[in-house]
Amino acid sequence: MIEFYLDRSCGLSPYLQLMQQVRQALRVGLAEPGEQLPTVREVVAKLAINPNTVLKAYRGLEYEGLVEARPGLGTFVVESLVAPPPGTYTRLRRGLRRWLDEAQAAGLDDASIVGFVTSTLRDAAEERVA
Amino acid sequence: MNALEAHGLGKRYGQQWALRNCSLEIPAGRVVGLVGPNGAGKTTLLQLTVGLLTPSSGTLEVLGEAPGKRRAALARVGFVAQDAPLYPDFTVGETLTIGSRLNERWDQNWAERRLAGLSIPLEKPVGQLSGGQRAQVALALALGKQPELIVLDEPVARLDPLARREFLQSLLESAVEHGLTVILSSHLISDLERTCDFLILLRDSEVRLAGAIDELVERHRLLIGPRGRSTAGAGIGRAIRESHTDKQSTLLVEAAGPIADPAWESHPVDLEELVLAYLGELTEPSPPVSVIHRAEARA
Repeated sequence: MIEFYLDRSCGLSPYLQLMQQVRQALRVGLAEPGEQLPTVREVVAKLAINPNTVLKAYRGLEYEGLVEARPGLGTFVVESLVAPPPGTYTRLRRGLRRWLDEAQAAGLDDASIVGFVTSTLRDAAEERVA
Repeated sequence: MNALEAHGLGKRYGQQWALRNCSLEIPAGRVVGLVGPNGAGKTTLLQLTVGLLTPSSGTLEVLGEAPGKRRAALARVGFVAQDAPLYPDFTVGETLTIGSRLNERWDQNWAERRLAGLSIPLEKPVGQLSGGQRAQVALALALGKQPELIVLDEPVARLDPLARREFLQSLLESAVEHGLTVILSSHLISDLERTCDFLILLRDSEVRLAGAIDELVERHRLLIGPRGRSTAGAGIGRAIRESHTDKQSTLLVEAAGPIADPAWESHPVDLEELVLAYLGELTEPSPPVSVIHRAEARA
């Protein structure tokens, strides 16, 4: 069973963090189709967060087709996220290195690169939601 | 259905208005955070809600009726007053007995189970409990009557961080379990951000901001741009707070959509910035000495 946590410093809103943690669990095989997600009550009792935040995350995942709400039973994983084909990480890393060289040549230091990536990720997440 | 509806609600003590012109609609099932400086009217609004005070003006309906008028109406609302007052000489068990004698819809099993789950012994005098345990007993007492709405006046103000977290866990778990509406006042915005989905901000005895937190956060932006640049026609609404250096202006504004003028760099705001802006308490960057500075000129 997935155990959620909240990272206050990452800048993502809590419901997006919960969604991301489910996707990550599916990707690495920590959750499989048929498995039940913690109930809203369990998540709320553990994290002391607003129940609607959990509902919003679960609805978002349902919309993405990853989970299914079964009335009276709970929310269940229906789809697994397969790992990317071999070579993907290597290719992505090469691309990222090129981008990093470019960013450093433009005068960005490590901290501003991390900041830039974080804010771009956040914008992208917001656009996906909007 | 709305859990609470107020129209032009006010409470006056002599010449002094503790709360005025308060119009609010809180949908049922929300977890509502009430914020504002001390003396802004938070406790007054909460005590009106539970029927401990009667309005001087306007109307108030809680769960569809005027609060505190009927016994049956009282049974539907739970209240934990500031500092969770309990009788220190009574044991926890005796405290629950008071609850069972005074409330028609009392669930003794639930209350005992809840306290056992928290390892709070029934035979211990309340005065010998820790602050966190006492707060949990007060919460169990308020929830044992099976209310539909629970109102809490600064329930976590005096608790250490661990006890605070445990208290909020208990509260929210019960909210899910019983489908409760929760209204709590607090100064701890980080707690509210996590636990609440609706915000009411009081300042100088008036409601300055109220609504679903998602929507409130979405319709405000932090803008950074060249000093003196006009905000007209760029999709930028009223400025809540502004500060200026010799070259730059920083504005927290209402803005419904994207900002049309690219000279303004637009950032999302978080709840804490938003609340501080409305309270007028955000620390301003110190201005260059030679420049006339109108940071304090906020409306």
